[in-house]
Amino acid sequence: MRLPCPWCGERDHSEFNYGGDATRRRPADDAPMEEWIDYVYFRDNPRGRHHEHWQHIQGCRAWIVIERDTLTHEVSGCWTAEDYARGFAEATDVQKGAQS
Amino acid sequence: MRLASGGRIDRTQPLSFRFDGKVYQGVAGDSLASALLANGVKLFGRSFKYHRPRGLLAAGVEEPNALVELRSGPRHEPNVRATVAELYDGLEANSQNRWPSLAFDVSGINDVFSPFLGAGFYYKTFMGPTRGSWHFYERIIRKAAGLGTAPALPDPDRYEKTNAHCDLLVVGAGAAGLAAALVAARAGVKVMLVEQDKDLGGALLGEKSEQLDEWVAATVGELANSPNVRLLTRATAFGYYDHNVVGLVERVADHLPQPATHQPRQRLWTVRAKQVVLTTGAHERPLLFGNNDLPGVMLAGAVRTYLNRWAVLPGRQPLVFANHDEAYLTAIDLADAGATVAAVVDPRPIANPDLVTALAQRGIEHLPGHVVVKARGGRFINAAEVAALDANGEATEPRRVIICDLLAMSGGWNPAVQLHAQSGGKPRWDQRLSTFVPGESKQAERSAGAAGGQLTLRAALASGAEAGFELTSLLGGNATPLSLPEVEPEPEAVPAELWEVPGSRGKSFVDFQHDVTTKDLKQAVQEGYRSPEHAKRYTTLGMATDQGKTSNVNALDVLARAQGRSRAALAQTGFRPPFTPVTLGALAGRDVGRNYKPIRRTPLHDWHEAAGAVMVETGPWLRARYYPRDGEGLFEAMNRETRHVREKVGMVDVSTLGKIDVQGPDAGEFLNRIYANGFKKLPVGRARYGLMLREDGHAFDDGTCSRLSENHFLVTTTTAQAAAVLSHMEYYHQTCWPDLRVHLASVTDQFASMAIAGPRSRAVLQKAVEGASVTNEDLPFMGVVQARVAGCPIILFRISFSGELAYEIATGADHGKAVWEALMAAGREEEIIPYGTEAMAVMRIEKGHAAGPELSGQTTAQDLGLGKLCSTKKPYIGHRLKDRPATADPHRPALVGLVSLEPGKRIPGGAQLVEDPNHKAPIPMLGYATSPTYSITLDKYIALALLKDGKEREGTTLYAANPLGNTTTKVQVVSPQFFDPEGTRLHA
Repeated sequence: MRLPCPWCGERDHSEFNYGGDATRRRPADDAPMEEWIDYVYFRDNPRGRHHEHWQHIQGCRAWIVIERDTLTHEVSGCWTAEDYARGFAEATDVQKGAQS
Repeated sequence: MRLASGGRIDRTQPLSFRFDGKVYQGVAGDSLASALLANGVKLFGRSFKYHRPRGLLAAGVEEPNALVELRSGPRHEPNVRATVAELYDGLEANSQNRWPSLAFDVSGINDVFSPFLGAGFYYKTFMGPTRGSWHFYERIIRKAAGLGTAPALPDPDRYEKTNAHCDLLVVGAGAAGLAAALVAARAGVKVMLVEQDKDLGGALLGEKSEQLDEWVAATVGELANSPNVRLLTRATAFGYYDHNVVGLVERVADHLPQPATHQPRQRLWTVRAKQVVLTTGAHERPLLFGNNDLPGVMLAGAVRTYLNRWAVLPGRQPLVFANHDEAYLTAIDLADAGATVAAVVDPRPIANPDLVTALAQRGIEHLPGHVVVKARGGRFINAAEVAALDANGEATEPRRVIICDLLAMSGGWNPAVQLHAQSGGKPRWDQRLSTFVPGESKQAERSAGAAGGQLTLRAALASGAEAGFELTSLLGGNATPLSLPEVEPEPEAVPAELWEVPGSRGKSFVDFQHDVTTKDLKQAVQEGYRSPEHAKRYTTLGMATDQGKTSNVNALDVLARAQGRSRAALAQTGFRPPFTPVTLGALAGRDVGRNYKPIRRTPLHDWHEAAGAVMVETGPWLRARYYPRDGEGLFEAMNRETRHVREKVGMVDVSTLGKIDVQGPDAGEFLNRIYANGFKKLPVGRARYGLMLREDGHAFDDGTCSRLSENHFLVTTTTAQAAAVLSHMEYYHQTCWPDLRVHLASVTDQFASMAIAGPRSRAVLQKAVEGASVTNEDLPFMGVVQARVAGCPIILFRISFSGELAYEIATGADHGKAVWEALMAAGREEEIIPYGTEAMAVMRIEKGHAAGPELSGQTTAQDLGLGKLCSTKKPYIGHRLKDRPATADPHRPALVGLVSLEPGKRIPGGAQLVEDPNHKAPIPMLGYATSPTYSITLDKYIALALLKDGKEREGTTLYAANPLGNTTTKVQVVSPQFFDPEGTRLHA
């Protein structure tokens, strides 16, 4: 499998570390405990397109977000984590569109 | 018997080899199997479970029986298929799974007891209530059942790994593969053609007709001279992975006695192809009748291949048994080679009239509407029982016995769909060919030739050329249609339905390599294993090293019939890499021995070695463990170094600690969010102990953080977590707080760091340090100052891990040795010594500092006695979940100290703490010892431990039980700060 790093281009997955679900947003500091527990512990395991964090650990070290099909491993999108975090609302819309 | 002429061998190059100690002669071009067969050897091994005699079934990679051990000593290799082992002069092979000899094997008695060894025998006999007996019988059973023996010596050979990219990967260089590659090559696309055999031509190599030899030679010549084509022989595509990645193993030197100097034995290729053509051919199906595993019963196509490729006549009086026209060619070729063909037995009432005529012309008896119900013989076949079929397809009496020394059988052909299935495709049932053919493609691949169900040469060529044309166009190449060579029409292998032969007697084997019979499969169905996936696991069918290449399709038919279901209702079981076995050496490549992982050495490494230090591996690092003097062992040296530091002064290399440079206008705010304790108000020129939590509220890592200037911090981490802490910080910066203006960089390798500790440490520094005052007033505890030693710039931190008056000095890595030596020289009068990680660990345990064993990822700040450190004035990572009930529970195991109450008796690491060691099992466990040691300072064996209600238990007596070592130590619970709890020494 190869992943498209926004900075370095397409690179072998062995250069990256997997960082988990990118669709969860860290709750506000004073959010209720339930929200925090949900954020830390609960993950969907979708079949199909999914957004996930990877870090280009052996390259530019950037954290990136990859849109990957969990069934076919087809990669259909990538963002720097910063862009993704800044545009989280729009990115979630993309995600919803992809899943529907 | 070797024929006087013909074959694709070189009779002018005789090769001598040994099998089971006996010397034989072969010729260049032989496989081990063809050479043995030419010498009249029919017995190749004993079967897996019943130890039945076995000979050759096939001529290629699908061979289930003829597994041998090749070579000896460190190059000994078990389970080599004799059919694909190329012969070389001096080759040494031995049969396996037999004792004392191949001809007489004691475990052959298993065959007599076979009614008790059916499907699930081991599970039923040794699991459940009699499970205990498994432990007794396992060793005997493992020895009796099995394959070859693993080599016991290190592999002396070298293996390489490489990568390749191409537009079109063609797997298999038979007629279809060559045609596909040729079309693409002429259009200029980047082609890679891989073939597992040493020669190109695939099934054509087994054809008598030389009609295509010229075309093959011309095509190979053209491909070899095309700069855009890479041709690999002796290379197996063993795995088809995601994103059109195909794994190949190239056997560079397996056909040689041993690799030449500087030559790898094998090379592992990772190929990324834009398009893939699978022209992997087909494997022939056996027929299921009694004793179908007797040596001398072979696949009809294999017989033809031995005859035409290697000029070996496998029998003088052969019988042919097949349910389709194509196998008649075997009878014709055998007769033309001088054999007296006993008969052609065919369950069909009618065959192709041209072929029937051809048999008659050669005086071969034709028995349509007949079947072979049983093969007869002891160690080899000597006759076959043949029965006529009645109108209902049932076998009738009487049985006729036909004398023969070879039975060539064929039940049709199975396209080699393994790679297609690995790529995600689902093979579909083809009623006409009674087998599975490739289904819809899930990746950029397609099958052609026999692999695509095109079983005649003409169709195979055409489908290969077509696949080449279409994929070349898809790749943007300008393909031109290929003018295909003229091929004579030939009979097609369209089999009549015949699976388990009616009226067959005795064991009929489906999986030859795992000894699974039709009876085992039916029994599995009776016992409720209806799904092929379950029946497969219960009977172990298809799970041997051949992955059921000759058995899967036959087995599905037996399973379907036993359930009264249609064939189409049962899906084929999955295929997984590797297609054929791959040596572990090839997968490991050069990452073995000392190259298994990189070794990290500190800038002071050479000094430690010169000083006689004993080194220890800590993660990837090599660290000085202790510096023995006058024959000291670890214990004596550790005690001397500890006492010396506590009384005088010592220096230890701490360069392995992780160091992260944090800079930017928001660096303070960033660190304030990362650490559980406050950092925003840390003054410039001061250091602070810092604790990081994970988001789930557990402790993650600790270290110090120093503010070098307003916007510049230096963070240290533990040695083990250095990389994880940096990733953690980068994660939060980039994913959660991208607006914080901060930069992070690992500077672990840029610094050499050393800790100087002991009451005399300040005196040493006063002599060595230039440009800064180190008095208690100017450099108080937790002070940081930039200065110089030996002219080299340093950062001097007054921090202590040992509990003594102590400092850490960081300098550029290249200055490390100069600074270390300057401090050693300056400390001579103060009797400075170097100390290692053992003494350092003793002192940290005496001070109750948490380290790796306590920062296990399962402890909270509160568990470690650091609860009060966590800020209540700010949010930080983990601040919310540390307060949930499970992590805030006051009864959680907490850090305590233990002192052994038994003089001279240590507390084993990991020992469980119990109140009453004589309590009836299960004994309630209260906690466990994490970091044990002997403290010379206290003259006691002590340990840190995690103990339920630890604080309340201080002063009580417990037992540290270590059932593994069968020891129990009586211990007293104390405060984890064993030594100088007030900290007067470090503030001195």
